[in-house]
Amino acid sequence: MSRFAALVEVRLRPGIADPAGTTIERSLAALGFADVSGVRTGKAIRLEVEADDAAAARSRVEELCRRFLTNPVIEDALVSLEEQAR
Amino acid sequence: MSVTVGVVVFPGTNCEHDVVEAVARAGGEARTVWHADRRLTGVDAVVLPGGFAHGDYLRPGAIARFSPVMAAVEELARAGGPVVGICNGFQILTEAHLLPGALQKNRGLAFVCAPAELEVVTDRSVLTAGVAVGRRLRVPVNHFEGNFTCDPSTLAELVDQDRIVLRYVHNPNGSVADIAGISNEAGNVVGLMPHPERASDPLLGSEDGLVLLAALLASAGAPMASPRSGAPPVPSDGSGSGAFGAVAAAAT
Repeated sequence: MSRFAALVEVRLRPGIADPAGTTIERSLAALGFADVSGVRTGKAIRLEVEADDAAAARSRVEELCRRFLTNPVIEDALVSLEEQAR
Repeated sequence: MSVTVGVVVFPGTNCEHDVVEAVARAGGEARTVWHADRRLTGVDAVVLPGGFAHGDYLRPGAIARFSPVMAAVEELARAGGPVVGICNGFQILTEAHLLPGALQKNRGLAFVCAPAELEVVTDRSVLTAGVAVGRRLRVPVNHFEGNFTCDPSTLAELVDQDRIVLRYVHNPNGSVADIAGISNEAGNVVGLMPHPERASDPLLGSEDGLVLLAALLASAGAPMASPRSGAPPVPSDGSGSGAFGAVAAAAT
């Protein structure tokens, strides 16, 4: 078994309103960042998981995302994995 | 014998006493049920009240769904018993998949706390049985994540199956099709964002919430007269509270 560090990025699905992101984007021009656009907010969750290999670790974390960490009606998740040194 | 309503208290729930008081004003009895209880013995109907169950951590309702009491609530719902989620309770029912869709942040990122004009869309639910379709009720809303959303096929299903229970006359949060409340297919599970318990006394500016709570009590007292059967609600025959209690207890 290996230990993997996972970073789960919970994102609002395309088309789901992100009023926080919109509000941030609206304020950018006043700060001189008129060249920045496409702001979307979400959540980042870090966790560790024991698994035989990276594929198994990813499959466990993705199941966790589907069943608990996201609400699939309005959210999806991007999972990044990194094997931890023993 | 009057109808007994179980009002579930999660850590962070804050509307339970209001619901208990309002149910009493509507002519029923209510008692609180702690979220860690696995049984709903002697309860004819369940209300999941408003608040911030488990701190609304992760998402509103995401963690409450796993509280021990929810297995008994699901069993009661599947047996046809009345289950009503108000505000945070509605969010919990969607997370528990007892109702479809989700409650996303309000349009404009606005927390809304104001009286809302509601229109009764159907009388085929435990919360509106016997209430005239088209009747307008003034009931307050108080939420940040009350913007109901669902995919187009779910919305079509809600419309086709007459499951939109209440609509806003003036949409306060951006919810799809002005939805304020929906039911499951059988009509015995209802979720709504407005707070009927906060419109239960003249001092509160409206007593319209009692119309909904009285309908719930009538439905709970006559469980065989399913709102789906088209029969009008029948007053309790006195055969007793706990009509669904045995079923719920057996679920544990």
